[in-house]
Amino acid sequence: MLNGEHGEIIERMMRLLVRLADIYNADKMIPIGSAQIAGVSYKSIGDPGLEFLEDMAGKGAKVRVLSYLNPAGMDMMQWRALGFSEDFAKKQIRIMDAFQKMGIVVSATCTPYLAGNLPRYREHIAWSESSAVSFANSVIGARTNREGGPSALAAAICGITPNYGLHLDENREPNVLVNVEAKLEYQSDYGALGYTVGKLVKNKIPFFRGIPDNVDTDQLKSLGAAMAASGAVALYHVENVTPDADKVNKNGLEKITITDEDLKETYEKLNTGEDPDIIIIGCPHASIREIRRIADKLQGKKVRKPLWICTSRVIRDLAEKIGLLDVIEKAGANIVADTCMVVAPIEKMGYKTTAVNSGKAANYLPGFCKQNVVFQNIDELVRRAMQ
Amino acid sequence: MKLKGRKISGGKARGIALVSRKSLSFLGGVDPETGVIKDTESDIKGESIRGKILVFPRGKGSTVGSYVIYQLKKNGVAPAAIVVEEAETIVATGAIIAGIPMVDKVDIGKIKTGQFVEVDADKGEINVEE
Repeated sequence: MLNGEHGEIIERMMRLLVRLADIYNADKMIPIGSAQIAGVSYKSIGDPGLEFLEDMAGKGAKVRVLSYLNPAGMDMMQWRALGFSEDFAKKQIRIMDAFQKMGIVVSATCTPYLAGNLPRYREHIAWSESSAVSFANSVIGARTNREGGPSALAAAICGITPNYGLHLDENREPNVLVNVEAKLEYQSDYGALGYTVGKLVKNKIPFFRGIPDNVDTDQLKSLGAAMAASGAVALYHVENVTPDADKVNKNGLEKITITDEDLKETYEKLNTGEDPDIIIIGCPHASIREIRRIADKLQGKKVRKPLWICTSRVIRDLAEKIGLLDVIEKAGANIVADTCMVVAPIEKMGYKTTAVNSGKAANYLPGFCKQNVVFQNIDELVRRAMQ
Repeated sequence: MKLKGRKISGGKARGIALVSRKSLSFLGGVDPETGVIKDTESDIKGESIRGKILVFPRGKGSTVGSYVIYQLKKNGVAPAAIVVEEAETIVATGAIIAGIPMVDKVDIGKIKTGQFVEVDADKGEINVEE
């Protein structure tokens, strides 16, 4: 492959993987089962990224494995109705066209595992989006490093990735024990827990004790997303819950304890706004279970402020099919697909204060979108939407 | 004076050194149209990197920086070569996708702005005219 018999682009992508392998002391390349590529929103990659992707597509680059995308900067179908600008939309559409030309499934979501790209236990993959990486490593037990946009694209095109970091079992052992004494009820509590722990452990691998055995995948995705955002946690273990938790070594680890008081402090810290202009749920992208819960709360009511539920196109279509979209739209709210509050240019759409139930969104909104944040549980958000 | 480093992106180049002692962010830090440094925290603010042997300790900032390096090359305002102390993913990726020769693990304290420098990235060698 390195000699260029597959063309200039593949040669350059292969060279990138080989150099990264050198930089990180990888012993070999390993085949991957799937890819998930970051750097999709025009807001994030701008003209530099757009030009690169169009050049790649124009030179005939094609992916070899099932490849999905990160959220885009807008809902690809209803961008106009939601108030996205024409200029932004044109550029975003060109980006998606370039990806599609390369054979990528242009499903733009941070929850590919809910939208048709589901790895198996111990499968090597090359994913980018930090919450998806955390979920795949921790909850599914697949193996991936946190890839950058170009390296994930290179892996998708070549079908391989350098064997280092979290691809190796010895690097997947926990190095900090987290005793959870705090009460966890709402999904936002898991976000607050994740934010708190991420700040404390940075890029370590936490082993959680005290998370209820009946925790669901929505709560775990909130936990992992917030930890990856406030720290750089790409893998965690939960006693009696995650697949590698029984096997790993729990002895002699540094210990931290998280109490109700800690979560209360995090809620206070993340609340920088008072009166939201918009309420956005679905960071990471909402599952059909979350959408059903919200639809139940909105049934027969009317919101007085914009309320977006962000999700993947696949889940939005399902919500429409089973009547949930209708309930939500009748209440005056929207299901927004392909994008989210972090990668959409909401600061340019007149919004100054955003209410969320996501620890990850609360972490990023002040910096990426210049927003004041209201961080609350879902019942409180729905109540505020009615005000 | 010969300095030894490690090849990150292959090729050979020669030119005048532009040396920064600070980490460099390409996204927001370099104008992709002109190749002029606009990072207000940079000690080489206002300088053009076009055709230079760009020397700095390491990259920082957004991963979109890789694409900015690619764009600099396309616009004909890229550095002739990049020499760093430590290659991190952002700049390494940018140099490779743009096809700009790059060497790391170099004692950059020995290079000064204005010196004539030859870079043989394939061999990981740098020749600094004294």
